[in-house]
Amino acid sequence: MKILKRAAFYLLVAVIVFIAVFPFYYAIATSLKSGTELFEASLWPHTISLANYRNVLTEGTFVRNLVNSLVVSGAVVLISLLLGVTAAYSLARIRFRGRSALMLGILSVSMFPQVAVLAGLFEMIRWAGLYNSLIALIFSYMIFTLPFTVWVLTTFVRDLPVEVEEAAILDGATPWIIISQVFLPLMWPALATTGMLAFIGAWNEFLFALTFTSNNAQRTVPVAIALLSGSSQFEIPWGNIMAASVIVTVPLVVLVLIFQRKIVSGLTAGGVKG
Amino acid sequence: MRQRVRSAWLFLTPMLVVLAAVAGWPLIRTVYFSFTDASLADLDARQWVGFANYFSMLSMPSGRTLYDGLLVDPVWWRAVWNTVRFTAISVVCETILGMIVALVLNAEFPGRGIVRAAILIPWAIPTIVSAKMWQWMLNDQFGIINVVLLNLGLIDAKIAWTANADTAMIAVLIVDIWKTTPFMALLILAALQMLPREIIEVAKLDGANPWQIFWRVTLPLIRPAVMVAVIFRALDALRIFDLIYVLTPNNVQTKSMSVFARENLFEFDKFAYGSAASTLLFLILALLTISYIRIARISLDGGR
Repeated sequence: MKILKRAAFYLLVAVIVFIAVFPFYYAIATSLKSGTELFEASLWPHTISLANYRNVLTEGTFVRNLVNSLVVSGAVVLISLLLGVTAAYSLARIRFRGRSALMLGILSVSMFPQVAVLAGLFEMIRWAGLYNSLIALIFSYMIFTLPFTVWVLTTFVRDLPVEVEEAAILDGATPWIIISQVFLPLMWPALATTGMLAFIGAWNEFLFALTFTSNNAQRTVPVAIALLSGSSQFEIPWGNIMAASVIVTVPLVVLVLIFQRKIVSGLTAGGVKG
Repeated sequence: MRQRVRSAWLFLTPMLVVLAAVAGWPLIRTVYFSFTDASLADLDARQWVGFANYFSMLSMPSGRTLYDGLLVDPVWWRAVWNTVRFTAISVVCETILGMIVALVLNAEFPGRGIVRAAILIPWAIPTIVSAKMWQWMLNDQFGIINVVLLNLGLIDAKIAWTANADTAMIAVLIVDIWKTTPFMALLILAALQMLPREIIEVAKLDGANPWQIFWRVTLPLIRPAVMVAVIFRALDALRIFDLIYVLTPNNVQTKSMSVFARENLFEFDKFAYGSAASTLLFLILALLTISYIRIARISLDGGR
């Protein structure tokens, strides 16, 4: 009976792992196939070919799209961390009227349906002459990275012991000195986690990137992959799409696997503890 | 102290200005546009039309009355129904499956780290990429899922999963559940790991079987955390856009409220009408959030 239970448990574990991993494995396998082999639903390529990767990286604008995504995501991380750290310090450590209401307001922004601001943002971006530019994307992504960053960093700062800053306050240090000299060094773990989650969010974003850019050279990778298609259903370049998908996903999967503990704690700080 | 409060506001101002510019003002403008007849080609040439985008009546000379507007648009109500159905089914499935995965990961067994890493993979993959991966696996002609099901004798003919009226929503649900269950599992796992071990030990000593322990001890204790996770997931599911837009394009059976709104805003040249749909979506979400928080009595106050 005990052995049977044990076997059932491991079977369940095996099923979970298989379902989680197989689709990505199959995408990698497909990306390495070429010619007619693509259209045989075989589990692995009989001859490994890098032709799909060569196509994606040399034809079209995919490399440019990768650079765009890197620039946008990097800028989004930097700006939201900069704004988030100072705001988190104020929200966690200084008592002032309206603080709880402010926290609730910030949280409610993170629950906004992004479509609700689409029309207004479009007007604003066109008015500012930023349509079809990366700046438009960096700006609009603040709507989902900033509330999250502020929220998680505030939780983190609040849990730091009060003693760390008391000495500095007694010495007459200004709040800016306290943030940059006392808190910043302690906050690296939280900054790494929130920064990475903001990066992933910006890297994956689709709705704004689809709406606020209009030509291939300005697009980010999710939009480029979504629009990488032929003129009819039978011309969809599946090999190229899978190669592009693997290229944009492998760095993320590696990052996530390296930092998995930090990510889990960051997610739960934003979710459960909030 | 006064100086500290002043610097608090000084530090908060940049963040608040950015949030107001990226969320507050655009939301106000969207609501405003929904009361005008603005068109994408010329946003400035607009006129106030009141509630016409939502509902209007026109009496014909023949005595018949014509109704127009979002509130009597069957396509809109279809989108509302699709979204609500999608949200209900996906959140329920993700919670149950997430619970199972979390309980598995909470047990001690060799290789637990590997399993945890493996279930993070679907979560790490961008939504667009997972939509494309599954579109390929679900492909009617060459998809591996049809081939496997045919060989097992489970289906008689190949199914066009993402195009068929009957199966398009199933395809969307499969991909969403695959992608989001890990997130649920991780949140539930975190709650499980915060439980004091002693409680479960005591229950065991009292002779409770694992089934009873789960229903009587574990579940009530992690319920608040699960509820918060469910709210976050439900709000996320209600605004779903990218998966449906990419996996089942132009399909009436799966079109969500967000897809409907964007389509009218930027593809059908009905900017004001799309704004009205966006506004309604926002209202529905806000109402649901408030009532859910009231019902579940969950404190979201940050100043704990």
